[in-house]
Amino acid sequence: MSIPKEKLLHAYRSMKTIREFEERVHAEIMNGQIPGFTHLYTGQEANAVAVCAHLDESDTIISTHRGHGHCIAKGADVSGMMKELFGSSEGLCKGKGGSMHVADIDKGILGANGIVAGGPPISVGSALAAKIRKNGKVAVSFSGDGSVNQGTCFEAMNMAVVLQVPAVFVIENNYYSEHTHIDYAVGCDDLKARTEAFGFPVFVADGADFFAVHEAAGKAIAHARAGNGPAGVFAEQGRYHGHFVGDPQAYRGEGELENLRENHDPLKVFRQHMAASGDLSEAELDAIDAEVMAEIEQSVVDAKAAARPTPEQVTADVYIQYGTTA
Amino acid sequence: MPEKTMRDAINEALHQAMEQDESVFVIGEDVAGCNGSAGDVGSVGGVFGVTTGIYNRWPDRCVDTPISESAIVGAAAGAALVGMRPVAEIMFADFIGVCMDQIVNQMAKFRYMFGGKSRCPAVIRFSAGGGFSAAGQHSQAMYQVMTSFPGLKVVVPSNAYDAKGLLLSAIQDDDPVLFFEPKVLYQETAEVPDEMYTIPFGQANFVREGDDVTVVAFGQMVPKAAAAIDALAAEGISCDLIDPRTTSPLDEAAILESIGATGRLVVVDEAPPRCGLTADIAGLAADKAFSSLKGPIKQVCAPHSPTPFSPELEAAYLPDADKITAAIKATLA
Repeated sequence: MSIPKEKLLHAYRSMKTIREFEERVHAEIMNGQIPGFTHLYTGQEANAVAVCAHLDESDTIISTHRGHGHCIAKGADVSGMMKELFGSSEGLCKGKGGSMHVADIDKGILGANGIVAGGPPISVGSALAAKIRKNGKVAVSFSGDGSVNQGTCFEAMNMAVVLQVPAVFVIENNYYSEHTHIDYAVGCDDLKARTEAFGFPVFVADGADFFAVHEAAGKAIAHARAGNGPAGVFAEQGRYHGHFVGDPQAYRGEGELENLRENHDPLKVFRQHMAASGDLSEAELDAIDAEVMAEIEQSVVDAKAAARPTPEQVTADVYIQYGTTA
Repeated sequence: MPEKTMRDAINEALHQAMEQDESVFVIGEDVAGCNGSAGDVGSVGGVFGVTTGIYNRWPDRCVDTPISESAIVGAAAGAALVGMRPVAEIMFADFIGVCMDQIVNQMAKFRYMFGGKSRCPAVIRFSAGGGFSAAGQHSQAMYQVMTSFPGLKVVVPSNAYDAKGLLLSAIQDDDPVLFFEPKVLYQETAEVPDEMYTIPFGQANFVREGDDVTVVAFGQMVPKAAAAIDALAAEGISCDLIDPRTTSPLDEAAILESIGATGRLVVVDEAPPRCGLTADIAGLAADKAFSSLKGPIKQVCAPHSPTPFSPELEAAYLPDADKITAAIKATLA
């Protein structure tokens, strides 16, 4: 599939933005500047960007605890996200959500989600709304290899088939559900077959390769958008960091991380494709790198200077209207 | 004015909301019924018949689901996030046990966690409460538990008239609403207007007015408390009977005003006592009306026990008019 140059530039910029955002967040956490629990997406950038390349603003995604990448890929404001992570009242969620709950409904982002497999049932609801309204929209849920063993994931997949709704289940296998390997936690040998047994096709891709995920996601999303019911995408790609920032990663094999970074890096793989095809020049990609670095630096400067929330904001936005209504 | 059962009043509210607003749809187990079977699709209308007739008029907006409560609540929450007004049915409130995360961690918190930038106008309906010999897993009130979660509104109607007006308010409300229908009241009748009307949340109903004791009761305890109070009139005892109708928001002002006038308080609920509504209202009175109180507050509720099966045991378990009468008299002793 030939991808127009503008889309290639946008895809690379998104992946680079996610990479630099995550690496800078990591550094700021280590400096003690960002509070709370944070889970980084570094290494898996191609999945989010390649899937979201097929979506417009009114298609929805729902994400996970490792959600920064999905939100950036779907168009969330990076500066607003950085402010949110710093806990500012100017953050995307006014400092009420933080890393695990970044959302932007206007951009079709139904939120990162702190509950593993909390998202798929909600995404089925968005897909059901699309079916009732007959508006051709699709609803994508991102979830990890850990989510596939949650009952909510099973319920959502089965119900999506029963109701024939345009739901796309993107399962990102980064091999570890927290500190436990997928070979232990998934009881069968063939997760694709187990998932397809629910009654929808699953398209598998190498998550280090933007173009592979783009092709697989394109098939799945086209299937759902055409009214054929749900579809799945399996993308396999390790994460570079621990489950959470500070995870000692006792589960890693010798040389595992080095191999990932050296031989399975989605940004490097993308550049290799560009060098081979000549679609984008090294200078064009380098220019994006420089712009992204500056944007992320500025987002941190802005986040550190942004307004802090005040105590009276604690109880704001619990309800739209409480007390007497009618 | 026509007499209608609570079941029919709720059914009428659903029909009228569906008619008025295309974004309203119902979803749940057997809300149509007979899908994929030899029977006629739509011939069930929910296990208690509350959604009868909806599939026949709006087949696209009457969604039968597998037995998957998390997916039902999640689907309602997700559809609401993108602008629909779903009314989901969870057959029994006890099944909150298998969809608690979607209610408590998801729909209740979206707006807050997203910085006030989302709305989730979903209604989840439940049949609730004891009185059917349905035993431990099909008899719980549950509304007292859900009242403790910020972000949810919680409604407990005690009669057909209120049920219709409160449900229409719930469907129009932009926040998530849990709507608990005491199932022993489905067949009870009241005068219910044919036209649409709403009853505001957070506005208690004074079911009886009196001078001596304030009685606050919830759901199916309201008619039992009314019977007790009516009988006490012969003994010259008169009581305020307050039905808060919504436990979140709670009409604190009405309760405090009444206590200010009577100085005596009895709180009645069918759920067990710990961390429940009777303790909640008693705490409210102790905190904000202590100087008005002339004696100890009395709580009438189930014991700290699961709901038993045998009719004799369930009768002993649930509060009734005799227990309420005894509590009222105890506050006057």
